[in-house]
Amino acid sequence: MLHFLRRRFIFFFFTYLLSSLMIFLLLRVLPGDPARVIAGGREATEAQVEEIRDQLGLNAAMPQQYLTWLGDFLRGEWGETIAFRGARNRQLISERAVNSARLAAVALLLSVPISLVLGVIAGLSENKLPDILISLLTLSVVSLPEFVTGLFLINIVALRWGRGALAEALGWWFPSSSAVPANASFSEMLPALWLPAIAATLVLLAYISRLTRAGVIEELKRDYVRTAALKGIAWRTVIWRHVLRNALLPTITVIAISITWLISGLVVIEVVFGFPGLGSLLIAAIERRDLLLVQAIVMVTVTIILFANLFADMAYALLNPRVRLE
Amino acid sequence: MKSSQIANLIRSLLRQPQSALGTLLVLFFLLPALFGPQLAPYANPNDQSHDARQPPTLDIGALQLGEYPFGTDRLGRDVYSRVILGASSIFRIAGLGTLVSVVLGSALGLFMGYAGGWVDEILGRVIDALLAIPALLLALVLVGIIRNLDFAAGSWQAGLADNVVLLVISALYIPIVARVARSATLDIKTREFVEAAEIRGESKLYIIFREIMPSVIPSLVVEASLRFSYAIFLVASLGFLGFGARPPSPDWGLMVNENRGGFYQLTPWALEFPALAIAVLVIAVNLMSDGIRRSVQKGA
Amino acid sequence: MSAAAPLLNVDKLTISYRIKRDWIPAVRDFRLRLGPGQIVGLVGESGSGKSTVALALMRYLSGNGRVESGGLLEFAGEDLLAKSNVDMRRLWSKRIKFVPQNAGAALNPSIKIGRQVTEVLKAADGIEGKAATDAMIDMFHQVNLVDPERVAERYPHELSGGMQQRVTIAMALISNPDLLIMDEPTTGLDVTTEAVILDLVRGLIADRHTGVIYITHNLGVVAQLCERVLVLYAGEIMEEADAHDLFQHPHHPYTRGLINSVPKPGQSKYQARLQSISGNPPALTQQASACVFADRCPLAIDRCRTEKPPLERLPAARLARCHRWEEVDAVAQPPSKSPPIAMGGDLPTSASDITPLPSLWGKGPGDGGATTLMRVSDLSKQFPVAATLREALRRVKPTPIRAVDGVDLQLRAGQTLGLVGESGSGKTTLARLIIGLEQRSSGKLELLGLDVRNSVRERSPDVLSHLQMVFQNPQNSLNPYLSARQAIRRPLIKLRGLPPDAADAEALALLERVNLRAEYAERYPDELSGGEKQRVAIARAFASDPALIICDEPVSALDVSVQSAVLNLLAQLQEAHSSAYLFISHDLSVVGYLADTLAVMYLGQICEVGEARELFQPPYHPYTEALVSAIPVADPGHKTERILLSDNLPSAQNLPSGCRFHTRCPRKIGVVCEQEAPPWREGGASHRIRCHIPLDELTTLQSDLVAADLAPAAEDS
Repeated sequence: MLHFLRRRFIFFFFTYLLSSLMIFLLLRVLPGDPARVIAGGREATEAQVEEIRDQLGLNAAMPQQYLTWLGDFLRGEWGETIAFRGARNRQLISERAVNSARLAAVALLLSVPISLVLGVIAGLSENKLPDILISLLTLSVVSLPEFVTGLFLINIVALRWGRGALAEALGWWFPSSSAVPANASFSEMLPALWLPAIAATLVLLAYISRLTRAGVIEELKRDYVRTAALKGIAWRTVIWRHVLRNALLPTITVIAISITWLISGLVVIEVVFGFPGLGSLLIAAIERRDLLLVQAIVMVTVTIILFANLFADMAYALLNPRVRLE
Repeated sequence: MKSSQIANLIRSLLRQPQSALGTLLVLFFLLPALFGPQLAPYANPNDQSHDARQPPTLDIGALQLGEYPFGTDRLGRDVYSRVILGASSIFRIAGLGTLVSVVLGSALGLFMGYAGGWVDEILGRVIDALLAIPALLLALVLVGIIRNLDFAAGSWQAGLADNVVLLVISALYIPIVARVARSATLDIKTREFVEAAEIRGESKLYIIFREIMPSVIPSLVVEASLRFSYAIFLVASLGFLGFGARPPSPDWGLMVNENRGGFYQLTPWALEFPALAIAVLVIAVNLMSDGIRRSVQKGA
Repeated sequence: MSAAAPLLNVDKLTISYRIKRDWIPAVRDFRLRLGPGQIVGLVGESGSGKSTVALALMRYLSGNGRVESGGLLEFAGEDLLAKSNVDMRRLWSKRIKFVPQNAGAALNPSIKIGRQVTEVLKAADGIEGKAATDAMIDMFHQVNLVDPERVAERYPHELSGGMQQRVTIAMALISNPDLLIMDEPTTGLDVTTEAVILDLVRGLIADRHTGVIYITHNLGVVAQLCERVLVLYAGEIMEEADAHDLFQHPHHPYTRGLINSVPKPGQSKYQARLQSISGNPPALTQQASACVFADRCPLAIDRCRTEKPPLERLPAARLARCHRWEEVDAVAQPPSKSPPIAMGGDLPTSASDITPLPSLWGKGPGDGGATTLMRVSDLSKQFPVAATLREALRRVKPTPIRAVDGVDLQLRAGQTLGLVGESGSGKTTLARLIIGLEQRSSGKLELLGLDVRNSVRERSPDVLSHLQMVFQNPQNSLNPYLSARQAIRRPLIKLRGLPPDAADAEALALLERVNLRAEYAERYPDELSGGEKQRVAIARAFASDPALIICDEPVSALDVSVQSAVLNLLAQLQEAHSSAYLFISHDLSVVGYLADTLAVMYLGQICEVGEARELFQPPYHPYTEALVSAIPVADPGHKTERILLSDNLPSAQNLPSGCRFHTRCPRKIGVVCEQEAPPWREGGASHRIRCHIPLDELTTLQSDLVAADLAPAAEDS
């Protein structure tokens, strides 16, 4: 166990360092002059470019630049935004990150239970009707690109079906636009969250339910299931007490990995719904060539993802006796 | 893969109703992708000579296409022609991107898996670190960077956009394929026939390509089909976000983006038909790749 | 046998599996009667349908299997086939129990042992809490689990294989069942552990009235445990008889072939080739109106191929499914008493299988004239272990695993050195060091007087072509994407430098030499049976005409009837090519059959070396003694006093001090064994034993044991 944890921590730090290095290199070392890009391209004068270069510390040696940058990031000094004049990156990102986190939380709360149930049902009825229906569902509607489902939700569910009497009832719950003020409170934001959260739920549903199904099917084939059944206990008990315990344990890591997916999905969903989250901020930052902001956003995402995976592996190790007493 | 295996794969793909449907739909979509200019009523996607905002004339019940089957958009372009002409770029980018990433990724993975040691250790960690960045984010950042470079150099051209996406998709998927190939190689590497080859003093290249690779190919086929379906998804999403093809290209994702919001009320069909095309293609490719996965894993 | 009230009465049972759309009868016309307290053995090779029978008797067939109507399956007078699932569940909970193969997989990995066992009591009698725990602890004592309270708190993966199997046996017996079905419960365990488990089962059953069906592929186990035996082949009963009768006078050619296929302890290739059954079992789907064994039967006549023999009732409460059973009995000899050489003349139809050895066999055992081919001196291999956190903090270097520790061995040209030991003894690591697949940590290896480089990559082509290997698992030793011809021609091109055309021709010639017809040349491994794959692998190893071939358990994955043919082939090829073998096996009889010299390995060290026949006689190293006594001999008349070792093999990372064997040694003499490494004691020309007990003393201690039974066979040479 200690051995496992130690290796896991070393792995975490190593990956974190490498990821940050790559983010740094991607945005600073690729051919081309970032300072000129920031200054506005060809039209910028040499003096303007030089000034920005100084500001960013681009004249220092590369390793030193990296260390300074990483140190700044870890201390929360993420610089000033160019795209959104007057704001600091940190303030901008944390405000948007909270919004995205709200969306992600609602999506996880919806999708994890639903997909576990679907996955278990499909796994228990392998190649029978419920399994075929669930697999058709997860392969089709659920795996459509987020912007297709998102636009369907806005245009069909909220706008078309939302007309007339139904709209009275649903109108409050399903507004067609989620472009709420970025600093709104959770309760103010909630109505605007539903539709994007449903779209985000679908992103996770297919992934988690298919892996759950595979886990259940794999465990059902194991010898211990026969041993348990031949104890003469009810099949229901065999499933609950013996099979699901082993089949659902890896789901912890599956959920952590699916967060990576969710983040990709949120970028598109936030754009579709005009939701003020980190994803739409990233798009804006890239479009306006705000390199520091882009770097900071990507670093924040990577930090979240690596921590989620670290915690999931630790939880898995704690719950799994095979790892625990290693 | 032996030819008998390929025949078996195709047979079992067509035997299951879901995967047969998926495969046939993918083949159906290949028609406009390959013969778009011949099939489209108007070979120029930017032909604005039609009346704007004409509703679709497609009558499924009567099996009639009519003048503008999918209607015309607000600029007076025939949506039907644009959808047909847009098929080729999504297939080309996703297909080539998959091909490039599978070829390079599996070579890398085979090499890492067989060589082992510190080479594998370091490359493996680099891949782990890369994969910690969500694919779409990385794609957006890469496209953004490449555009900025061009922007700075002042040479941005619309025609390059497709190639940028192709490049980004290949770069994105190489480490993912490499990881799959690596773990398959690690599995095969310990088999005794590989050790028998080592005992004969065979070279590393011989062992990797003659002894190990044939056994790795089935899992690469599964991965390739999976990559292809993700690539289509990603091309469409990038197009939608405005990071793929540039206007006035008939890219499906871009068409959806151009006709949403207020324009949707005006010409809903200009959004709905390309969105439907994306939806059906994604579902078809998913069903097909799921079928490939099932039959390869069953055969293994 | 209480025929009046059988516990289990099975008749005309046919079990089918669905393959694609058709239901294929995998087991046909099965019958069985079992009385309380009786142990019936069900013997069969892989694919014989024995596990299918086990599950059908439990009424636990998977969804693609079914029992055809018209059969009878009665348990204590009740028709099991008519029972509902709920009724079956009630029977499973208490009266009918199952002990599976591979106990490690049969226990739930994430539930503590104690909870898994008490769950049985809850289901059987509704006993819970303290009463259940007490009953469990009591049962654990009965199956000789040391420290039962702690075992109950463990998870399955923390127990050794032997302990896991004890737990499954405890789980089965704790509800005092009437019927116990044991499906290969000792397969995969070491012989010493197997002996302990068999002893335990025998003892536990004797105390109860439980009827036991014991399923196995191992004739020796049946002979040692069962009163009555059923022989199953290709889904049909070939023969049923009391164990003693069956082994003395088999009435079916298949039974006789099986019994004679197994080398007896101490039997040697210098006496005769083993008798073997040619060919392969028929495919499940290929059913004919013929005797299922006809294709492989040395006694088969036309009638056998056109008319399926019925399961006939014979005198002495026996059954056999053979048209010519009387002739089998007439020609069959009590297998263990007469040397197989004599049988050559008795069985004209199978003469090719049992060729007596030609007199020009050359060097006999112990012929010292041959040159030394390979010399291994002080060879060691340590596998580094990652430091634990505590070790890392204290900067202590972790103890490495000493897999091979100072081994000295010599092998003469054209001879066979056998290497035996339990799993974990380091024998496979030793083989891999010699072949160069692992790098040695220290020590020296000479082949033909040349110092051999460490890694296979650094070795000269000459050394490579003189050192080849046959692997254990035929499934993995051939590349699935290369045909037999392609597999064999590569070393011909690579190591012998033949041009492609000549290599193809030579590949065909080699196939012929391993008794595979030319049509096998273009077959891929998935079109070959296990034995055929191993033949191709052997042909490939011989392609470079090597001086030494390392055989790592080459027959242990094969069925008994196929195993002997491969052993014969190895002996025959050795004679033709005068290659030397380093033959590794966990099976002392198999090694003993082929070896000139034998070495016994325990925890990385050699503890006894000598000529093969010396190893089967006192004085033994106490470990060898235990190994020899643990061999399940396929002869119910063979009663030995078993030396039962604890199944607690110390870890190679934490080796015992002094003599490595002292933690399990039944002949331990005192603290000297714990503190001092034992000396090598020389006995005779080449016989050496590493023990604190002087050899003459060992001889006296051991003379009344197994040796008495085994010595005659060994002395016949």
